Amino acid sequence: MKDDPRFSRFFAYLSLFLFSMLGLVISDNFFMTFIFWELVGLTSYLLIGFWFEKKSAADACKKAFLTTRVGDLGFLIGLMMIAFYCGTFNFAEVFTIIGAGSVPPVMVTILAIGVFCGAVGKSAQFPLHTWLPDAMEGPTPVSAIVHSATMVAAGVYLVARTMSVFVASADASFVVAIIGVITSLLAATIALVQVDIKRILAYSTISQLGYMIMALGLYGYDSANDIHSPGFYAATFHLMTHAFFKSLLFMGAGSVIHAVHTNDIMEMGGLWKKMKITAPAFLIGSLSIAGFPLTSGFFSKDEIVATTFGHPVFTVLTLLIAFMTAFYMWRLCFLTFFGKPRDEHRYEHAHESPKTMAYPLIFLAFMAIFAGWTGIPALKHGFASFLYHSEPYHPHADWMNYIVSSLVGLSGIGLAYLMYMKKTISPDVMMARFKPLYNLFWNKWYFDELYQATIINPIMAFGRLMWKFDSNVIDGAVNGTAVLTMWWADLKFWFDKWIIDGAVNGAGFIVRMMAAVLKYLQTGRMQFYMIFSMVFIIVMILLKFEIAHIDLDWPMMTALFIAAIGLLSVAARFVSEENQESENEK
Amino acid sequence: MVLSSLIFFPILGMIIVMLMPKDKDNLIRYTAVGISVIPMVISFWLTYDYFVNFSGTAAMAYVEGPFAWIPSLNVNYHLGVDGISVPMLFLTGLLSTISLIASFSIKIRVKEYFAFFLLLEAGMMGVFVALDFFLFYVFWEIMLVPMYFLIGVWGGPRKEYAAIKFFLYTLFGSIFMLVAILIMYFTSEPHTLNMLELIEHGGAMSYTLQMVCFIFFFIAFAIKVPVWPFHTWLPDAHVQAPTAVSVILAGVLLKMGTYAMLRINWPMFPDALQALSFWIAVLGVIGIIYGALVSLAQTDLKKLVAYSSVSHMGYCMLALAAYDSVTAITGVMFQMISHGLITGALFLMVGVLYDRAHTREIAVFGGLGSKLPVYTALMLMFSMAALGLPGMSGFVSEFMIFIGAFSSLNQYLVGISVLGVVLGAAYMLRMFQNVFLGEFNMAKWGGLTDINGRELLTVLPLAVLTLAVGIYPKPLADLMLATLDNLVQIMSR
Repeated sequence: MKDDPRFSRFFAYLSLFLFSMLGLVISDNFFMTFIFWELVGLTSYLLIGFWFEKKSAADACKKAFLTTRVGDLGFLIGLMMIAFYCGTFNFAEVFTIIGAGSVPPVMVTILAIGVFCGAVGKSAQFPLHTWLPDAMEGPTPVSAIVHSATMVAAGVYLVARTMSVFVASADASFVVAIIGVITSLLAATIALVQVDIKRILAYSTISQLGYMIMALGLYGYDSANDIHSPGFYAATFHLMTHAFFKSLLFMGAGSVIHAVHTNDIMEMGGLWKKMKITAPAFLIGSLSIAGFPLTSGFFSKDEIVATTFGHPVFTVLTLLIAFMTAFYMWRLCFLTFFGKPRDEHRYEHAHESPKTMAYPLIFLAFMAIFAGWTGIPALKHGFASFLYHSEPYHPHADWMNYIVSSLVGLSGIGLAYLMYMKKTISPDVMMARFKPLYNLFWNKWYFDELYQATIINPIMAFGRLMWKFDSNVIDGAVNGTAVLTMWWADLKFWFDKWIIDGAVNGAGFIVRMMAAVLKYLQTGRMQFYMIFSMVFIIVMILLKFEIAHIDLDWPMMTALFIAAIGLLSVAARFVSEENQESENEK
Repeated sequence: MVLSSLIFFPILGMIIVMLMPKDKDNLIRYTAVGISVIPMVISFWLTYDYFVNFSGTAAMAYVEGPFAWIPSLNVNYHLGVDGISVPMLFLTGLLSTISLIASFSIKIRVKEYFAFFLLLEAGMMGVFVALDFFLFYVFWEIMLVPMYFLIGVWGGPRKEYAAIKFFLYTLFGSIFMLVAILIMYFTSEPHTLNMLELIEHGGAMSYTLQMVCFIFFFIAFAIKVPVWPFHTWLPDAHVQAPTAVSVILAGVLLKMGTYAMLRINWPMFPDALQALSFWIAVLGVIGIIYGALVSLAQTDLKKLVAYSSVSHMGYCMLALAAYDSVTAITGVMFQMISHGLITGALFLMVGVLYDRAHTREIAVFGGLGSKLPVYTALMLMFSMAALGLPGMSGFVSEFMIFIGAFSSLNQYLVGISVLGVVLGAAYMLRMFQNVFLGEFNMAKWGGLTDINGRELLTVLPLAVLTLAVGIYPKPLADLMLATLDNLVQIMSR
């Protein structure tokens, strides 16, 4: 980091993060929580995209922000309902009002699930878990603090903080528990096969967060039979211990990456000899997360296992996840620190990290062992007394519980030992035998592809469709109106020119035409007048004596009359022209 | 005299600019900016003075008139302000000066440009202070003229089309307004054009007549806002207009629509409002989602910002529909102010980049973050403000709108509208990633320079105000509270 040109900016971002995170945990109402909640989202965006020249980092920060924002959508709806039904955002007042049962139960459930949506996004729970592994594009210290111990734990914190709301709704709690266990199982299976050291840890984080969420959900679940379920205690206790061993693991991973300049554990191996501080510290962290007796993880994980008693399905799944956790963590350890170096070149250049990186590891390793001791009955349940000021709460885990979960953890480590140290069971054979499962896990259950195909692409396509609709249909209507108006104007112009003005001109034209015909009747020559009179008289006589058998009615008479005038005028015209010619000749 | 001076100083400035020699570009520029500072300072002082002396009451303050203007028609020169117009005057004063400073990059026909701009400012001020319908209508129409020329002469490649479209579309709406004003005038007894009296009168009108007038006014104002589906003039006008004009369009002109709804449309026709509020909310929600989706598909930076306005003004409409909630109506005011600040700033920022790169295609950029750190930081801030990040004014307004609307409207509808928050983040971040993150193309954009002092001067006040309103919204809310309380009572009578 030291050589980075934006070294100072990094610390500015981290300080902003610290501000937001501290603000988040000391807020006493939903509104302030939401404000700081969004601000940690911003800092997470900035920190993931710290090396924004890398396309993967630029993609990852956008993905992280948008995915968590989908969760915040639910949170926002939850807040609106809280404002509507409670009229206050203050935690204590809201809990009192909801606890008093004055809010309809269905609404409490929706409200609680809404708030939980926020936690799902922030704590990378199924189905919004996909952003966290990508977030590892950020600098490793960021992964260690923001994306393993603090910010992602904010979701768990939120649910724990608003526990009273979930206690009031068994359905919401059940949803919480189910989501938690699904997430945990899903992430653990993916972690089994990954080879990127930071991604394995990221999935491990998701899995452990799922653990906590599940424990919180089981608090209210089946509350009729088991009202004193220790879920709340177990989750917050695990949250605390997990923060230590997971930051330790991330810092250790950062140290390893610093040494070998790769994230791929398949290119590591044998680093134990080169890294005398990092390796033991990392192994302590791995022991702790695997639940090795007397480490922090041992105590807190046992509490979570104890939470599930009474719900056999959850118990079995929890133990299965514990087994997988131990397995993939120790697979990671064996491949990284033991065996023969698989990449001689990288191995040659590997070296222990500088003191600034090594000392925090020692401190965290110490905490990874002893932080959990605050939960030992002999120490008066230090952590529990801290949580429940007045009446210390007695954790449930008993000796039976300790033994079973230790055995599960140890067998996970053992299987990893057999596969990756002893090679008694060949990983390749296993891979071949469970090819479809392996592919599923390797491709992260195809969630990214699924979301790309079912959400992102359709939305983008819909956006483009709307744009087309906008420019063609809506704007088309506007422009169409303009075009129609122009046509209408043209039509009006034509009508004006040919019909209205045409009528005016036409009147003159008709008069002129009639004049042109009739003028020949007024020639001033006596002969024509005589002929006209003669013909008329003859016709009248013929009619009078019915010599010609013509039916006389008015139309016929008129027609005859006009025909006669026409004939006459034509005749008159010929004659007058003849006369004119003869006069001209003269 | 305070309010008149807000109108007449810009007009005086316009006359002075017109009398100046044509080729003295810099003199004209500095004179125009210098004169526009006067109404800006007055508007700041007015805001402060109103806050101190009048914010507790709902009555009109600084009333001038009514002075008889056309006595035979009972037309008066009548000005006054209350809690909804004062913030708008503040915004107008500030954005006008900022836009004039941003207009220094105008190189052709400088004299005409600045003269038109000052006339525009006078019109905008007038709309926000007029209490007489006739006067209001005059100012409303006066603004169209300079706007038409500002887009049509100094605009982009399709400027004539955009200018005519803007002009005709708004004029189309104005006709409906004129008819509605005439109905109001002739049904009132004695005939009056005084808005304050007509608010009383409107409530007493028959249901049918209320509906007719409401819808007529609504069409006129909805085009200005713009409410979906009357919005298509906006992308054309915004994209073709020069930067400073886009700022004024987005920052002030759109607000005139929502302002007029709050001042005229909503309080005058309570029965019609009650009957139609659901459909107004539907239009608002469509605007939110639709605007955001279309923004998501944009390839042009300025067009993206333009369509984001459709989405953001959709929030205003949603909250306006919740007319019986003070929270929602306060949210509308906050959204108007915050949209003016944020979108104004975004247009300025886009203009800064366009002046250097001569293109606004999102796809041709990338990785500008490593070359232009200050510009990128400001852009990030405004993008975050636009997507409603807490600590910025956009969050305050959106939150108020959601809380207020949820309590008084159809809750499913409000639930759907929340989707706009995610889509808003999506288009903003998509733009930010494509322009500022990723690998920097040194060969192509190596010559780009970071934002300069003059441009910083235009953007920084907006940044400071965005943060100030976002972090401590109380003074602004207090300033409007009494007026809005009273208004909500009138609207839900």
